[in-house]
Amino acid sequence: MIYLDHNATTPLHPQVLEAMVTCLQEHWGNPSSPHSLGNQARMVMQEARARIAESVGCEPSEVVFCSSGTEADNLALRGVARALRARGNHIVTTAIEHHAVLHTCDALQEEGFRVTRVPVDPQGVVDLKALNQSLTDQTILISVMHANNETGVLQPVEEIAEMAARREIPFHVDAVQTVGKLPFRLPDLRAGLVSLSAHKFYGPRGAAALIVREGTPLRPILTGGSHEHGQRAGTENLAGLVGLAKALELAVQDASEEGRRLTALRDDLEARLLSSIPEIRINGAQARRVPNTSNVTFPGVDGESIILGLDLAGICVSTGSACSTGEPEPSHVLREMGVSRRDAQGSIRLSLGRGTRQEDLDLTVKALTDTVARLRRITSV
Amino acid sequence: MERETRTEENPGHGPTLPYTKTLLEHFVNPRNVGELSEEETDGFGLVGDPSCGDQMKLWISVSDERIEKIAFKSFGCPGAIATSSALTTLAEGRTLEEARRITDDDVIELLGGIPGHKRHCSLLGVRALQAALEDREQRLQQKATQP
Repeated sequence: MIYLDHNATTPLHPQVLEAMVTCLQEHWGNPSSPHSLGNQARMVMQEARARIAESVGCEPSEVVFCSSGTEADNLALRGVARALRARGNHIVTTAIEHHAVLHTCDALQEEGFRVTRVPVDPQGVVDLKALNQSLTDQTILISVMHANNETGVLQPVEEIAEMAARREIPFHVDAVQTVGKLPFRLPDLRAGLVSLSAHKFYGPRGAAALIVREGTPLRPILTGGSHEHGQRAGTENLAGLVGLAKALELAVQDASEEGRRLTALRDDLEARLLSSIPEIRINGAQARRVPNTSNVTFPGVDGESIILGLDLAGICVSTGSACSTGEPEPSHVLREMGVSRRDAQGSIRLSLGRGTRQEDLDLTVKALTDTVARLRRITSV
Repeated sequence: MERETRTEENPGHGPTLPYTKTLLEHFVNPRNVGELSEEETDGFGLVGDPSCGDQMKLWISVSDERIEKIAFKSFGCPGAIATSSALTTLAEGRTLEEARRITDDDVIELLGGIPGHKRHCSLLGVRALQAALEDREQRLQQKATQP
């Protein structure tokens, strides 16, 4: 089987599994317990937290452990909105965020907040001028993803951080698709809040974090015990935290080298697709992108049919196709980039990863060429 | 959403897909793909599914009140392609009266089932066939009124 859906999830790194099994078997105490088993678990937790902080470049006290990237995004948005309600009611985000952010903004809108969803250009990059113009004295939060999950297109977060800093507006970066893929340190981002999720970089599901930089106003959305510095109640998923720490350490170590390898593989894949299949387009190809992602439009055919054709050939890829999810519109990201509804429906995402080899991509090019040619003979458009 | 049960049709090994073997076979080797020529065509139907953007074109050639030839082209998901293909095999050689009575359940039965969220796809072929049959009626009426 050839797996080209690493932006959805990644296989667990064997060393991560090992660290988690040890934790589950030996350090099963509750870190809040006042006895030796609890102390032992607490020490394991502190060590893992310190390693996470070291890997990304922040203080251990700034790591708030969560259950998912979705929860981290929810905590950032709802947490800041609640903390700063007295100061203003305006939130600025982009039209291409993950649904974890967009749907949370919808919910906050129902609670009385005003939300601006800044558009993107045809390459999928947020319009900086429009974003800057949308900021008012009432703006209490800016939330922009570091890289888009469907296209891999990087957003100009450094410039946005600058705008946010000038107006002293808290800035949240959803970095779920870049942590472990790009070699960067949190101080470079200059964001008050950063979401990351372990299963995107060969760690376990159910383990994620919101980095809350010192001084960022935040109110918890889960209340209970005083876990996670009072910012996220609930007995810690210690094995998950240990897995997150280990996976992050491994990913950060070889992010530069692996990034170069994947960029070369991805660029070669795109060049060969463009020369073997007529009329296709690579979405966001002119923009800066993460190394592993390619989003391709095949006019005249349906993405879900391509996916099944590839699946039958043993290749796993994905799409945000309308028909599979029952959603009325295919990929809001591509639609915002100006891609027609029908072309958005005919788009798939290939996301490479640690296990991807040149041979895999040779087979993928062949299978895609055959599948698309066959579907184009059937198509009515 | 309806769940597929594992049957002989869908043994649950190989790629784990929500489709039956028969449906996959129609997806990989759809029957009656193509177009009929202007002279051959007695009825034509074009329908779209606004809920998912799928589209189907269907041509019929009629002789002695029977569908002698049928051809289709589809833009859409695997469910749309397979159900379009299955529909043409059900309609081919049938009398017009029989063809009018073909339902989406007949298509689904032929395919050995379809995932719940794909049920709406099976209507695409049936609606295209109804449209083609209606188109034929109109063509006949037009001919009759023309001098």
